[in-house]
Amino acid sequence: MRIELSEVVWLDEQRELTLAELAELSGLSEAELHELEDCGAIAPIDPDAGTQTFSAHYLVLARTACRLRNDFELDTQGLAVALALLDRVRALEAELRDLRARRPDLG
Amino acid sequence: MKYKDYYAILGLQKTASADEIKAAYRKLARKYHPDVSKEKDAEAKFKEVSEAYQTLKDSEKRAAYDQLGSYQPGQDFRPPPDWQEHFGDTHFSFDDLDLSDLFESLRGGRSRAGPGAQRHAMRGQDYEVTANITLDQAYRGAEVELDLSVPEYDEQGFAHRVARSFKARIPKGATDGQRLRIPGKGGKGFNGGREGDLYLNIVLEPHPLFRVSGHDLYIDLPLAPWEAVLGTRVELPTPGGPVQLKVPAGTHAGQHLRLGKRGLPTPRGGEGDLFAIVQIAVPTVVSEPERALYRELAEHSTFNPRAHFAQEMSHANRTQ
Repeated sequence: MRIELSEVVWLDEQRELTLAELAELSGLSEAELHELEDCGAIAPIDPDAGTQTFSAHYLVLARTACRLRNDFELDTQGLAVALALLDRVRALEAELRDLRARRPDLG
Repeated sequence: MKYKDYYAILGLQKTASADEIKAAYRKLARKYHPDVSKEKDAEAKFKEVSEAYQTLKDSEKRAAYDQLGSYQPGQDFRPPPDWQEHFGDTHFSFDDLDLSDLFESLRGGRSRAGPGAQRHAMRGQDYEVTANITLDQAYRGAEVELDLSVPEYDEQGFAHRVARSFKARIPKGATDGQRLRIPGKGGKGFNGGREGDLYLNIVLEPHPLFRVSGHDLYIDLPLAPWEAVLGTRVELPTPGGPVQLKVPAGTHAGQHLRLGKRGLPTPRGGEGDLFAIVQIAVPTVVSEPERALYRELAEHSTFNPRAHFAQEMSHANRTQ
């Protein structure tokens, strides 16, 4: 059977999603996304724009938020704290990876 | 259909209360949730725990599960003859069902398309899969084939596990931890809802020579002592093919020699850098003529690699 080749979409700072798209793709409601915005977990590209758009890399964060909300029954404040801590863990892991690449003796 | 002991998975007795089920799930979810856990096989374990909880937290499903009877985990079984009349909405074959699909069907049959369900548009399920790629694939881009076993819903809304294969073009520039989305390649939508998406989590396989940090690469460059002192030219492997690297005289261990734009490509068309980290390699076996030359060097050299020790020790002596 021939399998069709699929093209991928980058989820990075260069792509933009509207609030409605971010909600549809992440599984969070627009109200929940607004609450995450109020907590500083996500930020629109231009807060003063009439139609708010978000960098596509927030889709990864919003999907994580949706999983955490469903699996731990977290409220938005709890989600914002969990996301901030996960972000710190990822930044530290990236720093550790970088150090290990530069200094293999650190193992 | 193979039996799973949902109580044992949650570490509970069959008599556990709803509160005990919830507490056991929360404890195990904190331990194995793939977004927060570094445990080995965390994702598979969390899936198991979540599946058990989804069934046992719902009193109707728990009753249906309890009525299946008790078997050994992994044992083939069929529900008792009257089970489906009590708990199934419609007739379905148990032959191609996983236990999780059976209980998903009880929910799915009601909420997705079954009798009494509201027929509003529902988006298809998203799938998420890890795609391992080699450094060479990250450098050049690649086509990867992915085989998934996913639940698919029939027209009645009942889940059946099916094998699906995907082929995706990974663009060059994707590196470790990159997430990519393939729109419309997830589960089918219902009642006019759009298809779900397939998400790829890129994992870069370790390379025997190169270490990766973002789009930069690091490689150890062992030099003989005389090469470090006198300088040399070496052929250095890079993902794009070998290049000549000039090592300046007086190069020391730990020094980073940067080769601009010889790292991994970035999504925006740029390139990371390649850093060669100098190591001074010492021969473990030396011939007698070589030993004689080292002795001669030792006699003539005024180089003291521990000069800073002497300074520190004389300072310590003065302050005593």
